[in-house]
Amino acid sequence: MRINRRKFLKITGVAALGLIAESKLDMLSKFDLTEALPEEKKALEAEQWGMAIDLGKCGDECRDCIEACHKVHNVPAFDNPKDEIFWLRTIGFEEAFPEQAHEFVKKGLAHKPVLTLCNHCRNPPCVKVCPTQATWLREDGIVMMDMHRCIGCRYCMAACPYGARSFNWRDPRPLIKEIDPEFPTRGKGVVEKCNFCAERLAIGKIPACVEACKGALIFGDLEDPNSEVRKALESSYSIRRKPGLGTEPKVYYIIRGE
Amino acid sequence: MMYDAKWIVSGLIVFLCLVTLPLWYTAAAGGLGYKAEPKIITEEKKCIEPAQFMRGEHMVLLNKWRDTVVRDGERIYVASDGEIYSMSLTKECMRCHSNKEEFCDVCHNYVGVVSPYCWDCHTYQGGVKK
Repeated sequence: MRINRRKFLKITGVAALGLIAESKLDMLSKFDLTEALPEEKKALEAEQWGMAIDLGKCGDECRDCIEACHKVHNVPAFDNPKDEIFWLRTIGFEEAFPEQAHEFVKKGLAHKPVLTLCNHCRNPPCVKVCPTQATWLREDGIVMMDMHRCIGCRYCMAACPYGARSFNWRDPRPLIKEIDPEFPTRGKGVVEKCNFCAERLAIGKIPACVEACKGALIFGDLEDPNSEVRKALESSYSIRRKPGLGTEPKVYYIIRGE
Repeated sequence: MMYDAKWIVSGLIVFLCLVTLPLWYTAAAGGLGYKAEPKIITEEKKCIEPAQFMRGEHMVLLNKWRDTVVRDGERIYVASDGEIYSMSLTKECMRCHSNKEEFCDVCHNYVGVVSPYCWDCHTYQGGVKK
């Protein structure tokens, strides 16, 4: 084919147009990604997710948060404590705060059941020891689990100073009251724990425990000075579990003075 | 001339018969020419990607979805035709192919890739709209 000057100009012109159009299309598709979703389904985002648990408001008998969490996450209910799986659970004050507990501790606090969950530490020891990076620290501060990668070595359980993780010694499915297909169950041989409802945050919902709770659980962005959780922490005295270990937990416990 | 030819040749014939026994067995049972035919029950007009691609690459796509959702927290899939889907085995794939036994298992059993681990944890029964 002989290319004369006119043909050459035509071809380069069309090619240039094509290149411009492609880059514009690219931009369009990126634009669509965020715009395509309805407002209420957009992901909730934060620099550092964190939680405050108001022990003054948290009822000793109430189990609403635990039940809500375990229901949406298909957590089985084993009778044998050796097989127990939990994302949230209550333990005694002395056990939760061994450094703060003493024989004359405030009345009502000494034996108070304290709600515990994964602390989503800023400096998580579980993440350091995981040989497969099945557990890792997300940029938004959530210590996440990838069940696909977990090989069940339980190093993370040994490393976690809060006992926040449980191991599936048995197939959990037969003991799940009602399987919610929205969230996978686990298989035998993996470790599991609270994930701050990462799957719910991704579709614009707050964590299930916070939704079920009547005001004792406050969730939000710790880096945002106007967030509810920051305001709650600034206006009351709060403690963290085993702060001396340097894990920097992001779950805070509000202690009321009265 | 080969030594002990009659033993060697007859041994080889017996060996070949034994090795190909599964084929003769299938032929005798009338199973030759069997073709796995997954049943599609959806009323949707098209899959997220062309059927040819899905047949060959669905496992690659699912692995990619898994990593993208879990590791990167990205949940929106832009198909090659620009359509937008959510990267979810249970919410997207099973929305149409809720008949796992007739759709997934038919081929998986046929080629002997029995049950990948997906269903040890992910669920599809009930709760999934057809």
